[in-house]
Amino acid sequence: MRAMNIGKAAALALTVVWAAGCSTTKTTDSDSMGGDSAATTQGTTSTQVSGDSMSMSDVKNLATVFYFDFDKYQLKAEAVEALRGHAKYLVANPSAKVVLAGHADERGTREYNIALGERRAKAAARVLTVNGVSSSQIEVISYGEEKPAVIGHNESSWAQNRRTELTY
Amino acid sequence: MMQRSLVVLMLMLWTVIARAELTIEITQGVDEPTPVAVVPFAWDGAQALPEDVAQVVADDLHRSGLFSVMPRENMLSFPSDRNSLYFRDWRISGSEYVVIGRISTKEGGALEVSYELYDVLKEERLLGEVINANFSNLRAVGHYISDQVFEKLTGVRGAFSTRIVYVTAELLRPQVYRYKLTLADADGHNPRTILESREPILSPAWSRDGSKLAYVSFETGRPAIYVQYLATGKREKVQSFRGLNGAPSWSPDGNKLALVLSKDGNPEVYVLDLQQRRLSRVTHHFGIDTEPSWSPDGQSLIFTSDRGGQPQIYSIYLPTRDVTRLTYEGKYNARGRLTQDGRFLTMVHQVNGSFHIAVQDLRTGRLDLLTETYMDESPTIAPNGSIILYATQEGTRGVLAAVSLDGRVKFRLPSSEGDVREPAWSPFL
Repeated sequence: MRAMNIGKAAALALTVVWAAGCSTTKTTDSDSMGGDSAATTQGTTSTQVSGDSMSMSDVKNLATVFYFDFDKYQLKAEAVEALRGHAKYLVANPSAKVVLAGHADERGTREYNIALGERRAKAAARVLTVNGVSSSQIEVISYGEEKPAVIGHNESSWAQNRRTELTY
Repeated sequence: MMQRSLVVLMLMLWTVIARAELTIEITQGVDEPTPVAVVPFAWDGAQALPEDVAQVVADDLHRSGLFSVMPRENMLSFPSDRNSLYFRDWRISGSEYVVIGRISTKEGGALEVSYELYDVLKEERLLGEVINANFSNLRAVGHYISDQVFEKLTGVRGAFSTRIVYVTAELLRPQVYRYKLTLADADGHNPRTILESREPILSPAWSRDGSKLAYVSFETGRPAIYVQYLATGKREKVQSFRGLNGAPSWSPDGNKLALVLSKDGNPEVYVLDLQQRRLSRVTHHFGIDTEPSWSPDGQSLIFTSDRGGQPQIYSIYLPTRDVTRLTYEGKYNARGRLTQDGRFLTMVHQVNGSFHIAVQDLRTGRLDLLTETYMDESPTIAPNGSIILYATQEGTRGVLAAVSLDGRVKFRLPSSEGDVREPAWSPFL
């Protein structure tokens, strides 16, 4: 009983932390389209945030690759959902670390795509940090179009290459 | 977490000659190229020469697209001096100009190359020179002769003696690449690998004196900007902040590098003073600001920004930091480069979903599409402003192609191995 109360308190505390993160996102980061999008999406599903820690086996079922539209760095709703799952695990396991690698498809210029890839990785990083993950647990890197997941010159290949990959 | 990759640096540039050479294929020329004959040079030695100098000259002139070069099998004779040159024969065969020459041995294994350029119609000698040479520099001598002939006949300084660098990526097995930074003559010959890595190499940029390169390498697992001296192979890491370190561009005075860092949160353009090691931030915007390039007077930087919602090219005047948008046509204009006179802006331009090289006349605002190949990117302008080299796709491979600034001359430099990209043309050397 007592343990459950502690769990509830932790859940409440986390939600407060998250809400604080969200509101700062709104004010200071209106500059980041990725951040805006993530914050909005979280707003609609905030009730699902809980203090229950995830095990590594639970985390294994979560998506680790998140896809984007051409020349965009807004995360899709399902990506935000999965990232919140990763956030829970990372909050519960402060020694765990992730690398978020942002990628672009081959269209457009290489340096612009590196910048775009970083935006995509940072959009994912923001979901983690607003859900309580310490920034010291996250490393962001962008490869732009230099490391395609799929080699091909068509929309289905491009769609698989516009991504952020999360690895522990 | 980040894997340290193996980097092999070639300290002696000339020790490693890559097997793959680029060869030139002309895909489109001018409507009325000037007919020229380059007669095989006479040679008084016993052993065969390692290079056919006249062929080097003929190929250079042909590749410029401005000349049609007479095939050797159509020549009635191979004159090597004024006395054996019968203008009437060359007039009948349609040549307006003829280049003749001879190579002779000197003491101590040295060579002497003489060439002359004649106007066939006026029966007049336009050029003549004797050049000290040796067995190992005959291609360079050929390019030098091409430069002289080209300048005499077009009024434009030749760029045949310049060099290019480019990056190749070879897929070794799924997700594992071998990246190489390669230095070659402007015609693709004499390729020398100057850096090899398992991690991406990109954005090579020449200093204005042609003595060093700046580029981005991921060899430590993270992107960093390096400067490499071409004569010695010595190099130094000049910038490696957390986040992006990209798109280096040398100032005209050679003392500064414009570059892109995201250490303050998002990609911004900075200028690094290489002597004082002082970094100053140039752009202040929450959007992406990248791909800086200097104006020829060093007073402005042009750069790509998505601050308007889509990537477009802007100019920032450094003394006042006033920003001007330069491109308006189309939804995607990026990686701008200015010609040496500052008048023309080349860029990657998206039209109907595909990417091409376009040029904008900054005086009139007129934008012209120069290429119609596939996935065209990384335009780099020859130092004489005549030709733009760029990267494109042929089948599933990246290759280099070139187009004249007026769009009339097009040629391709196919490579026999790997995916070729990111060309950068040297200044006059």
